[in-house]
Amino acid sequence: MKTQRLAAASVAALGLLLATGCTTDTPDDSPDDEATTGADSGDEWFVQADYDEQLAQRDIEPEGDPNTPWLQAIEPEWIDTADFAQEGGDATLCFSNASVSNPWRVTGWITMQQQVAVLQESGQIGEFRHSDAGDDDDQQISDIQAFIDAGDCDAMIISPSTTATLTPAVEAACASGVPVIIFDRGVNTDCAVTFIHPIGGYAFGADAAEFLVDNLEPGSTVLALRILPGVDVLENRWAAAQEIFGDSDLEILGNEFTGGDAAEIKNIVSQYLERGEVDGIWMDAGDGAVAAIEAFEDAGQPLPVMTGEDELSFMRKWEETGMTALAPVYSNFQWRTPVVAATMILAGEQVPAEWVLPQDPITEAELADYLERNADMPSLHYAKFGGEDLPGFPDAWRDR
Amino acid sequence: MTRVRDLIAKATNPTGTVFILLVLILAGVFAMNPGFFEGPSLMAFLKQAAPLVILAAGQYFVIVSGNFDLSVGALVGAQVVIAARLIDGEESRTLPVILVMIAFGIAVGLVNGLITTVLKVQSFITTLGMLLVLYGAIRLWTGGAPTGSLSESFRTAGRFGIEGVPVLGQIPWALLIMIGLGAGAIALMRTRFGRILMASGDNERAASLSGARVGTVRTAAFVLSGLSATVAGILIGGYAGVSAQVGDGLEFTVITAVVLGGVVLGGGRGSVLAAMAGALTIEALFTLFNQMALPATLRPTVQGAIIIAAVAYAAGRRVRPAPAATTTATPS
Repeated sequence: MKTQRLAAASVAALGLLLATGCTTDTPDDSPDDEATTGADSGDEWFVQADYDEQLAQRDIEPEGDPNTPWLQAIEPEWIDTADFAQEGGDATLCFSNASVSNPWRVTGWITMQQQVAVLQESGQIGEFRHSDAGDDDDQQISDIQAFIDAGDCDAMIISPSTTATLTPAVEAACASGVPVIIFDRGVNTDCAVTFIHPIGGYAFGADAAEFLVDNLEPGSTVLALRILPGVDVLENRWAAAQEIFGDSDLEILGNEFTGGDAAEIKNIVSQYLERGEVDGIWMDAGDGAVAAIEAFEDAGQPLPVMTGEDELSFMRKWEETGMTALAPVYSNFQWRTPVVAATMILAGEQVPAEWVLPQDPITEAELADYLERNADMPSLHYAKFGGEDLPGFPDAWRDR
Repeated sequence: MTRVRDLIAKATNPTGTVFILLVLILAGVFAMNPGFFEGPSLMAFLKQAAPLVILAAGQYFVIVSGNFDLSVGALVGAQVVIAARLIDGEESRTLPVILVMIAFGIAVGLVNGLITTVLKVQSFITTLGMLLVLYGAIRLWTGGAPTGSLSESFRTAGRFGIEGVPVLGQIPWALLIMIGLGAGAIALMRTRFGRILMASGDNERAASLSGARVGTVRTAAFVLSGLSATVAGILIGGYAGVSAQVGDGLEFTVITAVVLGGVVLGGGRGSVLAAMAGALTIEALFTLFNQMALPATLRPTVQGAIIIAAVAYAAGRRVRPAPAATTTATPS
């Protein structure tokens, strides 16, 4: 009898184990199995028109002052916001944030708060309310509903956690009559006054892939390291890279999901190095890039040509080793723009309907400059955070 | 004849099965990539597997005494983040910070143990709660992303080793630490403490009626698990540096490893050596997947299947009457 009870208890425990595993590990409702096999994901996440548009946008000179890239816009279609104009400033801004669950979002969130502080000082913003959904769609839907129910938000900023699921909630926010500003990931509705984002994932992936093609001999081997499947911004990066690698003479050894975990990255890269030479590393995000470089060092192999991100740990290692590398950028300074956009809308000024921010990778020529500007910053900070002129700099970002 | 029968009995005994499985998987790896068994790459494998093996030993103590420790993954993550923040690149702080980490690991284990034994909260809930507390507290403390950096000397244990050894290339410190702690764990299970631990998991009532301090040994098991997570944190942090994801999901991997080693959930059966072999087997299996170019996203699924299969297999063995006598493995 005892063994049966034990077995039953074990099975029950296992069920709980797996249940908790499921709920804590996946931040988004990623499409299931068929998307997880590397081969299919390229096609499923590839839209030729978007790809062509983003690659073209990289070469378009954005409107606005290059010293304030967060206010620049690529081919803006200005729209009138006079209907939303309010007298007297002191506006209440409500921000529904998907999460601060990675260093990129943490950096951006600090920048946004510092920008808010400036606008509060000048009297344009009164109260700034925010809610953090912790990567949970349902939580974010109820967060947005709570802002609607409160009824005293003068403008609503939303950084959606996923595209399809959040669309009805964003539509409800629009229907409440206040101006809605979307940034980072999009939704399937254009009811928002403006949608703010950098050029996008295709441009990121293509910048990185083109760099490898240009800097490696034909026939060289490239390993692709990816964070996780099923997230549109990341899948687009890989889809673009596949397009470019497909037309090149590089040999792609594999594409591996790492969860951004440094130990996992180091394991995987070490194992590839045991089996043969790796000449190039393509990453869909910079998390853990240093671990990949260390795998080469520890194996006594020549460092690869590599693309990471503008995360400082990678950029510092890049400078220290003098390797051939590029830091593609998913412009972190976009976190400043929504707050500024809100005050513009409430002042009745025109804003772009789709506010496409510049997204220029950091090249070797700019490396030293960006490292110097960010000399005091922690290693998981993003070089193009765009907050150097804010009064809280550098303490707010350094003592996070 | 009896020897053959003995061998078969040992092989089908859940504790013995893991070694056969390990050999089979290593044979598979060898078939895919004969270079795997050359010194340097074998050493690299063991260096990378060492943290999980040490965690498995820690988890074994808790499981064999009839509990779970789900907080180890979060504790490993917390330890690495704490180390990076407190050391902040200063060599001189390495040793003091390691002492702080050890104290923190003991404290977490002690809290887990006392809540479970004194307050009678099921360990599943206690340590699940601890997992969430640590996860949240670390994010609160760091504002969501780790700051600071580890010193070179902190990273030595996990990253480097004795260089220039013939054939092997480098003998990693992590491997030596793993062997040392593994031997310690085996020795500990042969002591009076080990026997009481095993007895408390087998039959709590009988153990306490015969005068064993069940609560004390169980609490000690949690402390050992906390310590193993600390050592694993030092090794993993040393191996790969700081990242926000360190330790994510390790609790599931390590429980899979222990169960694969034939240790019975619910306590009272299984050997620590087999639990550690279970960890090596899991790592070898993931290496095999890698060689076969299977996606890493498959791993949780495989882990889940292994937990179910291993528990079902062990339960099936014990329900069958005839060879039951041979399955009461001596604690080792």
